[in-house]
Amino acid sequence: MTRISRRGLLRSGAAAGVLAASGLPIRAQEARRGGRLVVGLSGANTSDSWDGRTHSDVFMVSAGQGGVFDSLTEVAADGSLVGELATDWEASADAKVWTFNLRQGVSFHNGKPFGADDVIESLQLHVAEGAKSGAAPLVSPITEMKKLSEHQVQFTLAEGNADFPYLMSDYHLLIYPAGQIEEAIAQGIGTGLYRVQSFDPGVRFVGTRVDSHYKDGQAGWFDEIEYIAINDNTARMNALLTGQVDAINRIDFKTEQLLRANPAVRIQEVTGNQHYTFPMLTNSAPFDDPNVRRALKHGINRQEMLDKILFGHGSVAADSPIGPANQYMADLEPIPYDPEKARYYLKQAGLDSIDVNLSASSAAFEGAVDAAQLYQASAASGGININVVQEPADGYWSNVWIKKPWCASYWSGRATEDWMFSNAYEEGVPWNDSQWDAEDNARFQQLLIEARATLDSGLRREMYGEMQQILRDEGGVIIPMFANWVQAVSNKIATPDTIGNLWQMDNSRLAERWWMA
Amino acid sequence: MSAPVGQGDFTSGDTARRKDVPNVFAIILQRLLLGLLTLFVVSIIIFAAVNMLPGDFAQVILGQGATPEATEAIRRDLGLDRPVVLRYFEWLGGALQGDLGRSFAQANFASFVGADAAGGTTVLQQIAPRFANTMFLAGVTAAIAVPFAVGLGILAALYRNTVFDKGTNVFALTSISSPEFFLAYVLILFLAVLNPILPSLSNIYAGMSLGERLERSLLPALTLTLVVTAHMMRMTRAAIINLLASPYIEMARLKGMTPMRVIVRHALPNALAPIINVIAINLAYLITGVVVVEVVFVYPGIGQLFVDAVKTRDIPVVQACCLIFAAAYIVLNLVADILSILSNPRLRHPR
Repeated sequence: MTRISRRGLLRSGAAAGVLAASGLPIRAQEARRGGRLVVGLSGANTSDSWDGRTHSDVFMVSAGQGGVFDSLTEVAADGSLVGELATDWEASADAKVWTFNLRQGVSFHNGKPFGADDVIESLQLHVAEGAKSGAAPLVSPITEMKKLSEHQVQFTLAEGNADFPYLMSDYHLLIYPAGQIEEAIAQGIGTGLYRVQSFDPGVRFVGTRVDSHYKDGQAGWFDEIEYIAINDNTARMNALLTGQVDAINRIDFKTEQLLRANPAVRIQEVTGNQHYTFPMLTNSAPFDDPNVRRALKHGINRQEMLDKILFGHGSVAADSPIGPANQYMADLEPIPYDPEKARYYLKQAGLDSIDVNLSASSAAFEGAVDAAQLYQASAASGGININVVQEPADGYWSNVWIKKPWCASYWSGRATEDWMFSNAYEEGVPWNDSQWDAEDNARFQQLLIEARATLDSGLRREMYGEMQQILRDEGGVIIPMFANWVQAVSNKIATPDTIGNLWQMDNSRLAERWWMA
Repeated sequence: MSAPVGQGDFTSGDTARRKDVPNVFAIILQRLLLGLLTLFVVSIIIFAAVNMLPGDFAQVILGQGATPEATEAIRRDLGLDRPVVLRYFEWLGGALQGDLGRSFAQANFASFVGADAAGGTTVLQQIAPRFANTMFLAGVTAAIAVPFAVGLGILAALYRNTVFDKGTNVFALTSISSPEFFLAYVLILFLAVLNPILPSLSNIYAGMSLGERLERSLLPALTLTLVVTAHMMRMTRAAIINLLASPYIEMARLKGMTPMRVIVRHALPNALAPIINVIAINLAYLITGVVVVEVVFVYPGIGQLFVDAVKTRDIPVVQACCLIFAAAYIVLNLVADILSILSNPRLRHPR
């Protein structure tokens, strides 16, 4: 298992520019050019395209941001933020105005030179009339995008956001050539290390290394890459075992032993921000009572769930969505499994026992129904009678999630604390799956706004620490565990010591960072 | 039966031939019309069934992000907010003019980009390459399976009730009784993992040489061969054995012909009709029923597309796939009937 170093201190504000200017992290010395990488990836669909706004799964993220296209910034494997198409950036004191210096001498695959217009036009795609981009919440707070020079852009935000450069590393925010965006989306024209050789949506992508690139010597070692869409778990494993692909994502834990037994293959495992949750609606009885929520938290056996549902491939969580791939993860003790305490808190709520429905379906996460049944068994001795309701997987997110008072769910996590909180814990946002608001805890909402515009990293650590503690003690979401990203790589391929844990397959940048052994 | 050929037979044969030409055509025409009716009914059933499934395209595609506004926006863009009946007749109108519409996924993508419908892919364009792949796999399988099964059937009839016959039967019945994915994995185990002769991935793509394509599709083709052999082989065997008791076979035997010649020259032609029928049904299965095998071998055929489309409730694609499947059955059955008629003089000359 690869250890992940915590994100550096030089993260926010003007300081980030210093790190970025120093370029990408130094590669292991033995990395060399050449060879062909063949990967079997899940998450492909016949409706896939080069439109970054539609990217949501590992296949297109690896082919898009990890191959053909670049973004302004990049989260390095160790979690630090480095420049990609931007070289450095600085913020005004209130974190409202951000100026990005763009890389010079970069050109698109069709020869068009890269400049400020490309950035502005590409970002505007996400807030265009009628566009349904997954990144719209990231771009819409920008009130003005100004081209200061050919290689300098200035963004003005509606309110200060210290994480803004981080948001620009999102995999939706790909940079297209201005004025040719439709063509670029149709054919896949970016500034990335690999140009599209052939792309068959839902089937296969082949990319050829561009002759010269600004990442030369630091990334992009393969001459050619091929991604094969293999959505079936067993087929993916077979392909790796028979040597037809060099790496696969998402291992089936049940057959993991077979892979471990094969000497030509190694398993790569990192703990990231992906977490499984049981959100309850804090505005509906009985979950509106903090004592009931606390009782439920004492009723869950986190370690058992981790061992039985994830086969140990994860880590126990403390009801906070801030994970090991975040910078300010607080070192919180999870609320322990204790039926007596559960009873005690039920008494505090004026109850002897409680009957609650828990909706679950495999749509939430694999094994969600089993997890709910484990919960049912462990909670019973604390006077909590959970009735597990099996919901159909079809329409789960529309009909059950945030509709039923208590259900199973998952989050892939976010790169920054603010991003995560403002997606799922800020008052009034659409994905606030516990209806968590100022009525539940005014301090939390106030800290959320305050921390967002704070550039000082020590202060932010304090604020985010307090917020995580509030969530653990009073929050409406039970988060028993973080799930690891588990993937397998053939020994023909070498990988750096540190593997990105933000997203599977080395943050989907395997084609940039790995090389032939 | 070898009736003496005389003058009278010639004339009656001539008049019969004049009659039977329109006869075969009438059958074809009648079958085609029935086929169209079947397609129509199938399309109604599919449209209704897909609409009755919980969750629609907008909800599925948005997943966790299905806010009421976003769902409404997509529904409006795709016209999903209009009544089902109206949508069905619009689709039918288009289909009658050869326009199967645009896939929701593609249309949704176009609205993302802000492009109009012009540049996108139609359902037809989307299905055509996948269908060609499926036909290729079906063709390879048929080329292996039909001679193999019929040959085995003949041999089994020839050596009926021997160890060979029983062994073949057990083998064929075992393979047809095992689930396809199991057969596929057994073949992968023996031919790809333990003895790496064939690739376990059958991802063929445009620009591949024919030889490479054949190599890649061999494992799925062998799997499918195992699945379809039993049916065809046993029908061949039964049909031939059925005829072996006939007087004309006895006559042939008494003339001193070798058993092999008796079966191939005299029994087989008369047993063709049922064999052709079974072959047709199995060929149709090769086109419509290979979803599982395609998934196991990651073969980019129409089955995978179909599963994807059902998962996302992409009605235009589902409809088009179903129509193709239904049409495959109808056409192959029609061909089987015509071949049966042509192979059987008694059906060719009805009195």
